[in-house]
Amino acid sequence: MTNSTQTKLYPEIIEFIEECLTREHPESYLISILHKLQERHGYLTREHMYEVAQRLQVPASVVSGVSTFYHFFRLKPRGRYAISICLGTACFVKGADKILEAFRKKLGINMGETTKDGLFSLENTRCLGVCGLAPVVTINDKIYSRVTPQQVPDLLSRALAD
Amino acid sequence: MRRMLHGMQIRGCTQKMKTINLIIDETPVKVPEQTTIMQAAETLGIHIPRLCYHPHLSLEGACRICVVEVDGARNYQTSCSTQVREGMQVRTNSPDIRQARRDLVELILDNHPKECQTCERDGQCELQDLAYSLGVRERLFEGKRKQYPIEDSSLSVIRDSEKCILCRRCVRVCAEIQGVHNLTQMHRGFNTVVTPAFEAPLMESVCINCGQCINVCPTAAFLEKKSTDEVWAALADPAKHVVVQIAPSIRAAIGEGFGLPPGTPATGQTVTALRRLGFDTVFDTNFGADLTIVEEAHEFMQRLEKNERLPLLTSCSPGWIKFMEHFYPELIPHASSCRSPMMMLSVLTKTYYAEKKSLDPENIYVVGVMPCTAKKFEAQRPEHYMENQSPYTDAVLTTRELVWMIKAYGLDFTRLSAGDFDHPMGVSSGAGDIFGTTGGVMEAALRTAVAKLTGQALTDLNLTQVRATEGLKEAALEVNGKVLNVAVANGLNNAKIILEKVKSGEKTFHMIELMACPGGCIGGGGQPYPPDGHYVLDPEILKLRASALYAIDQGKKLRQSHENPYIIKLYEEYLKHPGSELAHRLLHTSYSPRYPKGIK
Ligand code: SF4
Ligand code: SF4
Ligand code: SF4
Ligand code: FES
Ligand code: FES
Repeated sequence: MTNSTQTKLYPEIIEFIEECLTREHPESYLISILHKLQERHGYLTREHMYEVAQRLQVPASVVSGVSTFYHFFRLKPRGRYAISICLGTACFVKGADKILEAFRKKLGINMGETTKDGLFSLENTRCLGVCGLAPVVTINDKIYSRVTPQQVPDLLSRALAD
Repeated sequence: MRRMLHGMQIRGCTQKMKTINLIIDETPVKVPEQTTIMQAAETLGIHIPRLCYHPHLSLEGACRICVVEVDGARNYQTSCSTQVREGMQVRTNSPDIRQARRDLVELILDNHPKECQTCERDGQCELQDLAYSLGVRERLFEGKRKQYPIEDSSLSVIRDSEKCILCRRCVRVCAEIQGVHNLTQMHRGFNTVVTPAFEAPLMESVCINCGQCINVCPTAAFLEKKSTDEVWAALADPAKHVVVQIAPSIRAAIGEGFGLPPGTPATGQTVTALRRLGFDTVFDTNFGADLTIVEEAHEFMQRLEKNERLPLLTSCSPGWIKFMEHFYPELIPHASSCRSPMMMLSVLTKTYYAEKKSLDPENIYVVGVMPCTAKKFEAQRPEHYMENQSPYTDAVLTTRELVWMIKAYGLDFTRLSAGDFDHPMGVSSGAGDIFGTTGGVMEAALRTAVAKLTGQALTDLNLTQVRATEGLKEAALEVNGKVLNVAVANGLNNAKIILEKVKSGEKTFHMIELMACPGGCIGGGGQPYPPDGHYVLDPEILKLRASALYAIDQGKKLRQSHENPYIIKLYEEYLKHPGSELAHRLLHTSYSPRYPKGIK
């Protein structure tokens, strides 16, 4: 709960909220604010969202509803190695779903989740604009092309060895 | 977003409305433009089945139970949200439509427990009624059903998400009427759930315990926290002297629980029923109300004299008090320090009355019958505990719980003779009675304050200018050449409007009455579910309940709290004078800010 008045939000986020407050219907910027916050922090924490609610003067219930309704908001931290599987059309046609399945089995987590040890998280992206290399997987900032399900264990150990 | 925050629909203005001609079920009908198909059908006596719709909340259009066929439209139209058009041809009752509605209800039931016989709302459930009237006679599906534990952290309101059909009425009432915005829908699809922010337990949320979510919920997904078991146990315990008190608004509404028309006063039968149930002493919270007025008028006059901490904000509604602590902590110094009438009476029962009767307060068990779920919370506030760590009020029953106990005991309420309250705390003025309706506390306080300030009673004791049936009222009256500005608000969204004026300094008020529930206590979150064909929040029902209280007041010779002979005696024998040191210790309290902080 937010008994404390001491701020935990990033200065640039606070600044953005302040700016929204000068516009008409500041509450309509809630989604953009959450987006910026996620970009900055990696995921949305309850404390951060309470503070956004207070600063923007939007009920916390609304913030919690919005943050769990949209797929793109992440409520748990990413793993040290963020695995992202492209599910764009080209990659999908080339079997991205099977790669996803292989990662899920190997890591024991679902899309949007992080392994207990905090090492790996799974998420999807839309077309990365490199369809020629389909199917594509990225782990942090490395791109892997023409991935097959069989390569999955190898990709994981390579990430760890880095 | 806008709609989520400010969900109220803009209802059409009445000026220069065009008339629309349409045909519903082969019958021509004329209605003003902007009427919905559902409303137009009602003018013909056709009741289209519905679920998420509530006439006093914004439109949701989510359940689709209210679908009708409209000529030329490709899909069925939801009649609660579709407005009439010239020449429209509507069918509300074709076999296809009836089948479609039945399918929708079956889908809801597929994801609903089969627990009617053991459910608190059995016999008073809108979903059950709907399933029956649409002809659902089988439950075939045996698939995956949502599973949630009962959320019973709150002292007032419990939640069973398995019985929730996601109509969002509770979300709407909490936001649109109460301005609390405690509830929301989280997640999506099969995992959608109604909950306070971030799935916090109700006890850790900004919930003010008003129970309006219980009142509007069509199912048993929201209920009051039950206290009947403790009360039965106390009644059966020979060592306990069980004292009960009933709030002013109980007498105006309890009859509805037994099929009496709204607005039937039932003071005497209620007293008799309580005696039959085995309560040893039956007191009237009205006595506490009279006492509150004497103390509060005294407090008011002191502040007026010193011109400090004005406006005085009334403190008898525990929902409002918790709202203030979350949402307006900066106004805490303005709140009257008076405990509520229930608390004053409970305290005096375990002190003054115990001494008089030579009873050990430890053996006295005090039950309050209240229209209000927030009273359950109030009774448990540490401020209202005795030095020995037990509460002054041991249990609070809602009107609904008492109705159930009377039925469970096998009493035929409507045939009971009228009984009388016990002395000394059973005698009250008419001012105490009207506490149960919006504006009543103000009217009662002014009757006494004006008499004390000017040395003579008001020429007309009926202060109709402060009766706020519309939710918000401001009035001014001249006393000793000075204008007193007063205001009355019920429903906390209305309270916000007035409190913002206080904060901005836009207007100087001297006293403001605030009640959490629409219409005041008569519309409380523990009152009987409305009779067939009526809705909760229906201003007609509220008006009838209020008129019962005004009639009782009008019929009494004693109409001013400070003239109550037993109040006078209480001061002579015990408290000495209003605001005395003892009065302060026993009858006053304090408040503090609460978290999470509410968002205005
Ligand atoms: S909420 Fe209604 S339908 Fe559901 S179990 Fe209770 S009585 Fe039956
Ligand atoms: S009890 Fe009142 S404040 Fe609490 S959730 Fe229900 S409607 Fe909202
Ligand atoms: S709790 Fe009741 S009112 Fe709220 S959404 Fe569920 S069924 Fe509707
Ligand atoms: S679809 Fe995967 S990169 Fe274009
Ligand atoms: S009652 Fe019309 S959509 Fe629910």
